[in-house]
Amino acid sequence: MSDVTTKKRPVVLLAEFETPDAIVHAAEAVRDAGYEKWDVHTPYPLHGMDAAMGLKDSRLGWIVLACGLTGVTAAITMIQWMNGIDYPLVIGGKPPNAIPTMVPIMFELTVLLSSFGAVFGMLGLNELPKHNHPVFYSERFEAASNNRFFISIEVEDKKFDVNRTKELLESTHPSHLEIVEEEVA
Amino acid sequence: MSADAPIKEIGETPLVPAHVDHAFISNEVSRVTEQRAPIGWWLVFGTALLALGALGLSVGWLVWNGIGSWGNNSPVAWAWDITNFVWWIGIGHAGTLISAVLFLFRQKWRTSINRFSEAMTIFAVICALLYPTIHVGRIWLLYWCFPIPNQMSMWPNFKSPLLWDVFAVSTYFTVSLLFWYVGLLPDFATLRDRAKDVLRKRLYGAFALGWRGSNRHWRNYERAYLILAALSTPLVLSVHSVVSFDFATSVMPGWHTTIFPPYFVAGAVFSGFAMVSTLMILCRQVYGLKDIMTMKHLEMMNKIMLVTGSLVGYAYTMEAFIAWYSGNQYERYCFINRMTGPYWWAYWSMITCNVISPQFFWFKRFRTSIPWMFALSITINIGMWFERFVIIVTSLHRDYLPSSWGMFSPTIIDIGCYVGSIGLFFTLFSLFLRWIPMVAMFEVKAALPGAQPSHHAAHDEHDSHAAKGTLAVKEA
Repeated sequence: MSDVTTKKRPVVLLAEFETPDAIVHAAEAVRDAGYEKWDVHTPYPLHGMDAAMGLKDSRLGWIVLACGLTGVTAAITMIQWMNGIDYPLVIGGKPPNAIPTMVPIMFELTVLLSSFGAVFGMLGLNELPKHNHPVFYSERFEAASNNRFFISIEVEDKKFDVNRTKELLESTHPSHLEIVEEEVA
Repeated sequence: MSADAPIKEIGETPLVPAHVDHAFISNEVSRVTEQRAPIGWWLVFGTALLALGALGLSVGWLVWNGIGSWGNNSPVAWAWDITNFVWWIGIGHAGTLISAVLFLFRQKWRTSINRFSEAMTIFAVICALLYPTIHVGRIWLLYWCFPIPNQMSMWPNFKSPLLWDVFAVSTYFTVSLLFWYVGLLPDFATLRDRAKDVLRKRLYGAFALGWRGSNRHWRNYERAYLILAALSTPLVLSVHSVVSFDFATSVMPGWHTTIFPPYFVAGAVFSGFAMVSTLMILCRQVYGLKDIMTMKHLEMMNKIMLVTGSLVGYAYTMEAFIAWYSGNQYERYCFINRMTGPYWWAYWSMITCNVISPQFFWFKRFRTSIPWMFALSITINIGMWFERFVIIVTSLHRDYLPSSWGMFSPTIIDIGCYVGSIGLFFTLFSLFLRWIPMVAMFEVKAALPGAQPSHHAAHDEHDSHAAKGTLAVKEA
C-alpha cells in the first residue's frame, strides 16, 4: 500500500465510542455544530438517537399506504373482472360479483403488497444494497456490528475541516478517532 | 427504559444473567455458525435426511401412480394429507405470534427466541404447502389454482375457500420470509464483520446487503419492522381462519360451525408453542445457549401453552354443547360418533393430550422442569395432530346414508409422506442452525440492561450546551 504510485485522500472521520450515553451526547454535539453529511453507526437501534441526530420521522408509512391501496384495488378489479364480467360464475346461489366472498383475497393482497412496500421501500430509502462505503475501509469498524458505537463525518460535508472537525469529535471523548483514507488512482 | 425494567415486587428478575453483554452475545450466537457442528447436529441432520429421502420416494410414487396410493377413499376424501397440512400450518403460527404479536405488545423476552421461531414458521409452511400441492393429483396442472389465463379460458372460482387458502397461505409464506430476512440483515452484517476467510465474508456480505448499522437506516428499518409486525398480526389470524373456512363454509355435520376460526387460531398457537418449546430445549442442550434461552423463557412459553390449551379445551366443550343444543340430529350423531364410534381412541387421545396434559403447567414445578416440559411439548404436538385427524376423518367417514359409511386406514405412502415431511422440516431446520444466527443478536443486545441511553431527555439540553461551550472555548 505504501507504493509510490498510489495516493491516499481522507474520506471519512470516524470516532469510536464505548457506551450508548457517550454516542448520544457526541451525536448531539455534531448535530448542533451543523453538520449534514454524517452518520451514527450502532450495533442495534438506540432510543432517542433520531432526535439526537436531528432526523425527521421515517417516510416509509406513506410508501406502505400506497402499496396497500394498490393491493386492495388490484384484488377488487381482478375478482370483479374474472368472476363478475369475463366469466360469470354463480356459486351457492350468490350473484357472480358478490362482494362478501371477495373479502379474504382483498385482505391478503393488501397485506402482501403492503409488506413488499415495507421491505423494498425500506431498502430503497436506505439505498441498500450498497456494498461499498468508506467506513468499511476501517478495520475497527467491524466492531460496529458487535459492541461499539461510531460517528462518521464525511469529508464531503460543507462544514468539514480536518482540524476543526477533529477537535469537535475529540471534545466528545471518543475512545478512538481515525481518519479513513481511500486510494486515488 | 424504566418501563422495561423487571418489577421486583412481583418477583421479576432480569431476562439474562449479569455477565451477558454485547460481545458475549455476538460470540455465543455467531460461534455456532463458525465452528464445527457438534455431534448432536450430525445425528439430527442425518436422521432428517433419511426421512427426507422417504419423502422423495413417497411423493414420487404418489405423483407417478396417483392419489389412490394413499388410503383416501369415498367417503373419506380428505385424510392424512389435509390433517398434515393443517397441522404444519398451525405449527407455523407460533413463529409469527412471537415475532409480531409479542413485538407489538413490547414483550422483550421474545428477542431470544423470535429468530428461531420465525425459521420454524417458514419451514413449517413449506411442509404444509407440500400437501395441498400433491393432493391435487396432477400437480402439473397446479397453475389452474392461480388467476392466470389457461387453455380452458376459465378463471378460478374466487368464492371458494380453497382458493382463499391458496392466497392466504402463499401470502403468509411470502410475508414471513420477508419479515425473517429483514430481521436477519443486521445479524448477517455481524457474521460478515467477524468472518476470517474471504468466502464467508463474501457470502454473508452479499446477504447483509452492505448493512453498516447506520442510524439513518435504523430509522427506516425500525419503521419497516413495526409495519411488518402490524401487518403480520392480522395476517396470522386470517390464515388459520381461512384454513378453518375450508371446513366451516361447507355443509358438513362436524365442520359447519362458526366457532372454527378462533378455535383453529388458538389451536395453532398452542401447537406452535409446543413445537418451539421442543426445538428450543433440544438446541440449548446441543449448543449450550442456556444463558440466552433461559429457563425464564421456557416458563413463559409454558404459560402460553396453558392458556391456549385451555382455550382449545373450551372450544371442544362448546362444540359438543352446541351439537346437542342445536337439536340437529346429524350434528348430534357426528359428535356421539366421534366420542364413542370406531375412532373413539383418536378423540380421547386428543382430549388427553390437548386439554388434560397442559394443566400440569399450573404448577411451577412442572413449568420449570426440562424433562416434563419436553415430554409435554411432544404430547401436545401429537394431540394437535389428532385434533385435525378427528375433525377431518370422523366427520367424513360416516356419510348421511349408512350405505355410504366407510373407514380410513393409512397406506405406507401416507406414512412416508408424513414422516418425510418431518424429515424435510428438520433438514431445513438443521441447515438453518448451522449457517444462520439462531438468535436475533441485535434485538437481544438492544434489550439488555444498560443497552439504551439513560435519562436521555434530561441530558440532551445540558449536553448540547456543554458541547457548544467546549467548541467556543476551543475556537477562542
